[in-house]
Formats: sequence, structure tokens, C-alpha cells
Amino acid sequence: MPKPKLAVYWAASCGGCDIAILDIEAKILDVADFFDLVLWPCAADFKYKDVEALPDKSITLTLFNGAIRSDENLHIARMLREKSVVMVAFGSCASDGCIPGLANLYSLDEIMDYSYKSAPSMESGTKTMPQPKTQVEEGELTIPTLWNTVRTLAQCVDVDYYIPGCPPQSDQIAAVIGAVIDILKNNKPLPPKGTVLGATEKSCCDECPRERNVKKIREFHRPYEIIPDPNICLLEQGIVCCGPATRGGCGAKCVTANMACRGCYGVPPGVRDQGAKMVSAIASVVDSTDPEEIEEIMKGIADPVGTFYRFTLADSFLRRTQK
Amino acid sequence: MSNTFEPKILGILCNWCSYTGADLAGTARLKYPPNVMSVRVMCSGRVDPGFVLDAFRHGADGVLVCGCHPGDCHYVEGNYKVMRRIPLTHRLLEGMGIDPKRLRLEWVSASEGVKFQQVITEFTEQIRALGPIQLKEVAFAPDEHGGNGHVTDKKLAGEEV
Repeated sequence: MPKPKLAVYWAASCGGCDIAILDIEAKILDVADFFDLVLWPCAADFKYKDVEALPDKSITLTLFNGAIRSDENLHIARMLREKSVVMVAFGSCASDGCIPGLANLYSLDEIMDYSYKSAPSMESGTKTMPQPKTQVEEGELTIPTLWNTVRTLAQCVDVDYYIPGCPPQSDQIAAVIGAVIDILKNNKPLPPKGTVLGATEKSCCDECPRERNVKKIREFHRPYEIIPDPNICLLEQGIVCCGPATRGGCGAKCVTANMACRGCYGVPPGVRDQGAKMVSAIASVVDSTDPEEIEEIMKGIADPVGTFYRFTLADSFLRRTQK
Repeated sequence: MSNTFEPKILGILCNWCSYTGADLAGTARLKYPPNVMSVRVMCSGRVDPGFVLDAFRHGADGVLVCGCHPGDCHYVEGNYKVMRRIPLTHRLLEGMGIDPKRLRLEWVSASEGVKFQQVITEFTEQIRALGPIQLKEVAFAPDEHGGNGHVTDKKLAGEEV
């Protein structure tokens, strides 16, 4: 019997998800043993044209990481969707937009202008901009152009499952891959479409080992401003922690290391917009009933959009700046 | 037909004070603009900032949240929760490029039919002056797959690149 085929792809991503897959250590041998790898640009040299030549639905599992922000990303996403039985949005970029999604706070012109002209590290007066088409002696060279708006994978193609995290934790990846192998080997039924895999059904706070008391916040601090107590809830100490509006599954790694949860596992079940839920959570714990004082306390949060939507802007209600 | 802009405003009113206040404005036959579409919630503390963002996403030009006066909440402190949410929501809106003036919080008691009339009139005029919200098309992509907006070919072809 031929082995089931596996594809791993990166679109607008940093490569951290690919590394996280390799980080499952010896289990990677099970993957190589059980699956026939057909595409994994980060780790092995396969050609698009060979994948394109495969019949539809011939790839059993595609782990797609990265957001969609160019025609090339979209083209490969669509191609892999056609060729795959199961399409998984792997990691925060594919699921929620993640850090690339923060580009939605600016227009593409602003981003290009900053990156290639006005950034302090650029030589002043430089006018070199990437061109979609360039004529060289050998012919015309083309590169894909970026979109004005970064999108999640599910906004562009049909997605079967989601594995959140920036990157997904390796133990969770190993567990999911183990479950997939078990399902395929023993012909077990697949979980319902749209299931979030490799994460819990509760918030990050549920896994947090810190002691929680009644929260009454009079002042917010940025992480560098205070040395937080390692045993008490960070939010209680006035550090904005996205745990209440973030799905669990990571094992509360950041909070264990004395760093507030940044929200990379995306929205918990039943929540649609992480930023709005964080506003709600923060407002519930501020200890004041005086409008002016409230205004003053809230000023302690330097960048609400960047803090509450750090990983989910592209999948939020408004998705991008409306300026 | 004149083609002046008629704002669409979502009014979220608490059951115990503001909705009753709106009722009073009605029974007293007070005249005010018809632009506010009211939704009744049990308490203004029920108003999650997500409701506000979702309303804007679906094309509301303004959102008005009304609750009991501070100290008068039927549930003792529900309105303090919304009092703390709104300033932060304003900053969220500002960061997302939506004029925070499009979201307003007002306290209207059950006896303040006249105040309700004034608030509605004033806010409608304010939104009329601000003009239509004009969201980028991307925000309207329908939710076809369990809450994740699936962008159709037509939508993708119509914009970007």
C-alpha cells in the first residue's frame, strides 16, 4: 500500500512553525516513516510543478503555515487545497494572521515607503524599490506583489482544522501527528470540521500556575517598569496579560517565565474577537468608578490595538485599519 | 427623494432605565430622528466591546450605548463595567482608524424621556456630520465557515494587488 502523502508549506511566515515541527525530536522519524513527503520548502527540495502534477485529493494531509498576503501565497494555498484531503491551518499566521497581520494597521504604500525609503537604517535618498517586473538580458523577471491586506488561510480557502500557536508547541504537534497516524492506521473517524487541534477548550489562565486573588487594578505597568512577583497573577500586579482572552494549550509557558501572555494561541472557544474580549477583561478588573480616573488608569496601556490584537488582527471583526 | 445621508445607528439600551426612558419618550410623543435602531439588553454591563465592533463591521455609522445612571444600576455595578469598557474601546477604535466619536455612552434613566430625545437628536446630527463610515471592503467578507470569513473569488478579484 502506498504511504499517505504529507505536505508542509509556508506562506507569509517566519519559519518558526517549520522548526517547531522538526522540534518533535525522535517523533519526526515516525513522520518520515509513515508519510511520503511531497512538499516542504523549508526542509527539503521539492518542485512546485511535481506537486501540481499530482491528482486532486492525492495529498492526505497539508500543514499550511503562514498568512496569505500575495498572489503567490494564494496560488499555492489554492493548489494545495485542491490536492489535499485535509487542510490544516498550522500556527497562528495561518489561523489568525499573527505578526504579519499587524501590517493591516498600515497601507501597503506606507509599509513599502518605510521599508525601502524612510527607515532610519536606509541610506538617505535611496529610491530603489522592488519592481514586479524587471527586464534583464535573459528575459523578464517577475516577483509576486504584496496585497494591501494580510489574510488568514481560512479567508482564502476552505480549512478543515486549526492548530494555533506562535509557534504551536512541539509536544502538541507530536500529539496531533500521533493522533493523525492513529486515525489513518486504524481507520478511525476524523474530528468534526473546524476543530481546533493541539489546544485546550479553556483559556490560558486555566493552565497558569500563578496564584489568583480578587483583581483590583489601580495602575498598569509595562513589563520593564516593575519586577513582578513570580507567584501571583500578572494581571493582578498591573501587567497586561492576554491570558483571559487566549486559548490554552501552550502550558502557560510565558507566564511561567515571568512574562505576560501575549495571546498567540488565539481566541478561546466562544470568542470571536480577541481584542474586544481583552478590553472587556481589562475593564472588569480596573478598580475605579470615576470616569476621569478610569481614563487616567487606561492611559497606562500604551498600545491597546497592538497589545490585544498582537496575533489576531487579520481575523478580528475589523481586520484592518479603516483609515 | 433627497440624497442626503441618513446615518444608521445602533442603540443598545438597558432594560431597566434607558429602554424604559425610550418608552417614555414614545408615550409622551416626543419627536426625535428615526435613525437609531434599538436593541434591548438586560444591563449595559452586558455590552461587550465585540458588539460595538461587530456593529461597525456590519455597516453601522454610529453606536449608542445607554444605561442607568452610576449608582442606579439594577444589578448594582453593571453600568460601572461599561463605564470602564467604553474609554478603552474608544482607543481601540482610534487605533483601527474609526473615529471614536462614532461610539457614545450616555446615562438615561426611566424618567428621562426628554433626555433620550435630546441624546438621540444630538448623536444623529453628530454622526450625520461625520458622514458614512466607509469601511474597507475586506471587513464585510461573509462568515461562511464557522466564524472565519471566507473570501470569494469575486471579492479577491475586485480589490488588492
